[in-house]
Amino acid sequence: MTAPLPGGVDCDLHPAVPHLTSLLPYMNDYWRDQVTTRGMVDLVSQSYPTNSPISSRPDWRPAQGKPGSDLADMQKQALDPFKVAYGICNPLYAVQMVFSEDMQDTFCRALNDWLVKEWLDKDDRLRGSIVIPTQSVEKSVAEIERCARDKRFVQVLMLVMGDIPLGKRALWPIYATAERLGLPIGIHAGSAYHNPPTSVGWGSYHIEDYVAQAQAFQTQLTSLIVEGVFARHPKLKMVMLESGFTWLAPFVWRLHKFWRGIRMETPWVDRAPMEIVQSNIRFSLQPVDAPPDSAVLHRLFDHMQSDELILFSTDYPHWQFDGNDALPDGLSSDLVRKIMIDNPLATYGRLKETVRA
Amino acid sequence: MNIQLRERPEAGAKVQAKVAIADCDIHPARATKKELYPFLAKRWHEHLETYQGHPYQGMMEGPPYPKAQPNASRRDAYPPEGGMQGSSLSFMQKQHLDPNNVVLGVLNPLKTGQGLRNHDLATAICSAINDWQIEKWTSKDSRLKGSIVVANEDGITAAKEIRKRAGDPNYVQVLLLSRNVEPLGQRRYWPIYEAAEEAGLPVGVHAFGFGGNPITASGWPSYYIEEMVGHSQCQQTALASLVLEGVFERYPKLKMVMIEAGFGWAPSLAWRLDRTWQRLKSEVPRVKRPPSEYIRDRIWWTTQPMEDPERRDHLFDVINWIGWDKLLFATDYPHWDFDEPSRVLPPGVSEANREAFYLGNAKQLYGIS
Repeated sequence: MTAPLPGGVDCDLHPAVPHLTSLLPYMNDYWRDQVTTRGMVDLVSQSYPTNSPISSRPDWRPAQGKPGSDLADMQKQALDPFKVAYGICNPLYAVQMVFSEDMQDTFCRALNDWLVKEWLDKDDRLRGSIVIPTQSVEKSVAEIERCARDKRFVQVLMLVMGDIPLGKRALWPIYATAERLGLPIGIHAGSAYHNPPTSVGWGSYHIEDYVAQAQAFQTQLTSLIVEGVFARHPKLKMVMLESGFTWLAPFVWRLHKFWRGIRMETPWVDRAPMEIVQSNIRFSLQPVDAPPDSAVLHRLFDHMQSDELILFSTDYPHWQFDGNDALPDGLSSDLVRKIMIDNPLATYGRLKETVRA
Repeated sequence: MNIQLRERPEAGAKVQAKVAIADCDIHPARATKKELYPFLAKRWHEHLETYQGHPYQGMMEGPPYPKAQPNASRRDAYPPEGGMQGSSLSFMQKQHLDPNNVVLGVLNPLKTGQGLRNHDLATAICSAINDWQIEKWTSKDSRLKGSIVVANEDGITAAKEIRKRAGDPNYVQVLLLSRNVEPLGQRRYWPIYEAAEEAGLPVGVHAFGFGGNPITASGWPSYYIEEMVGHSQCQQTALASLVLEGVFERYPKLKMVMIEAGFGWAPSLAWRLDRTWQRLKSEVPRVKRPPSEYIRDRIWWTTQPMEDPERRDHLFDVINWIGWDKLLFATDYPHWDFDEPSRVLPPGVSEANREAFYLGNAKQLYGIS
C-alpha cells in the first residue's frame, strides 16, 4: 500500500442524517407539522440502499443506525487513520428526490443547518458542502448566499443526475454565485430519479445504477463544456465526486474529435476540451476503477496528462477499499503530496482562508 | 474527419495495389421514399402515405438535433444521378469500394422500422429492408453483405424474421441500435439473441436509435455534439445491461459487435464492472464470471470514429487492453465523420496486427473466406 501523508484533505466524506425527524429541529412550525401530519418517512436514496455492500464497508458498519451517522466513528475510522487536516462533508440525504421546490428548500436549509450544528461545530477538521434545492434556481442562489457566510462551507453540492443537464443556461445563476463566493461546485454520484438512471432507460438492478454513475458524469462533462459554462465563468472549479476517473482520457479524446468536427455549433468553446478539464475540473480519488496493477495505473495517469486533477478521498463510509489502502499502490511520493495536499488546497480556496484565520 | 476529398482515380491497377480492407459500417440509403414500396404490402403504402412513421420522438421528419451536414453525410457523396448520399451502388463503388479496395463491406441500414411505435409497421418495414438489401446491393456486388434488421421492441416477431433469413449467405449479422425502450439486456430482447445465436450470426449494436429516453440520465441536452458524444455513454450502459442481465451466460455462443460508439471507454467500463460486481454479485447471480471476461470474449468493436489521442502510445495502450483481435475497421461511409482508411492507424503497428485490424478480424467474425 501507499502510505497517506499527514495534513491532507479528505474531499468526500458522507455524514448520514439518522432520520427525517433529526431535521425537525431545523424546520419551522409549518414544516414540522407537514412532516408529522402527512406521515413522511425517512428519505433514503435508491443510489445507496442502507444495507447494500457499497453503502458501507463491513468493518465501518455500526451496530445500529446508518453507516456514517456517528461522529466518533468517522473520527476513528476516517479522520484519524488518514491523518487529515480537513475532511469535507458531502451529505447524501435524499432531499433532491422531492418535486416541490418549497419542500426541497426547507429540507436543504434544515440539512445545511444540521450539518453545522451536529458535525462542523464538533470537529475543527470538518468542512461542509451546501446542499441546494435545484427545483428552484432562485432558492438555490439564496441558500448558497445564506450558508456561504460561514467560511466552513467550502463548496456547493449537486447530484450528477437531476432534472436537466448541468450545463443548461437555466442553472448558470448558481454557477455565477459560486464563482463570486469562491466556492467550487461539487458534483456527486447519485440521481434525483426524475429521469431514468441510464440514458437507455431503467435497468433491473442496483449494480446497473451504480455502474451508470460514470456514464452520467461523462454526459455532464460534455454538457458543462459545450454549453460554455467555463468560458463564462473561468474561475469556477467543479469537482466530480465518486465519479471514477479512469474513463476521463478516452472520453476527452472522443469529445475532442467531435469538437474539431462540429465546433461551429458551439463557437464559444474556444479551448480544447482537455485544456478546459485541466483548468476547471477535478476528480475525487475513490473509486479507482482500474485493475490492481500499478503499471496500468501509471499509464492511466499518463493518459490524463496532468498530476493536478485528482483530489484525495476515502468516500467514507462507502466501501471502496479495505484497510488503509485509500491510495493505490505504486504512486510516487510527489503524486501522493499532490493528491493529498496540493491539489485540494488549490481547488478549495476557502481551506487556505481558514488556515490563516 | 470531414476531409474534403480530391478527385479519386478510377479503379485500376494502381488502386488495386492498396491493401485490401473490410469496411464494417456502410450505410446504404434509398434514393426515394417509394423505393421500398415494391417490398411492402399495399396496406402499408397507404398507411405510410397517411400516417408516416410514428417514431419515439416528436418530429415527423428530421432529427431534433439537426446534423452538421445534410443527412449527416459527406457533401461529396451525392450520386451524380441524384438521390441522397449512399443511395447509388455504382457511385459507392466508384467513390469508396474500388479506390479503397474494400473486399468486404457490411451494410448497416438506418431509418428502418427500428424505433417505430407501431410494431406491425416496424416489422413490415424491417422485412422490406432485408429484401431490399439483397435486391439492390448484395446480389449486385459480392463484396457487400447485409445485416438483418428487426423490429427491436417486439422480440418474438423479430426472432421470426431472423429465423426466416437464417442460413442466407447474403446476411452476416443481425442489427440492433443502442437506444431502445429499455436497456438491451432486458428480457423482452432475449428472443432476438436466441435466434441470432441459433443462426450463428453476431448481433451488431449500432449507435443511435429511438426509445423515448433522454440521451442523458439527467434529461435532454442542447446540442448535436452532445448527442454524438452521448452515443458512447448509451452504448456503455446498454453493454452493462447485457452483461449484468446474464445474456452472455444464457446464450453462450452469442457474439456482439459494438458499432460506431467508440472503443476507448471499454477498459474503464470493464474495470468498473468488475470492481462493482465484486461487491454486489449477490444481486446478479446469473453473472458467473467477472464482467470483463464476457466483454473480452464476446464483444467486437468497429473502429470509426476512431479515438484520436495526441500520443499514439495512448491509443496503443487502449487497444492492447481490448485486444488487437477484437477491432473491426469501419469508415461509416457515406457519413460526414468518415474515417479515411489510410490515415486512422498510426505507424508502429506490427504487420499481423495491422492485417487483423483492417481485414482479418472481420473475415473471421463474419465467416468470410
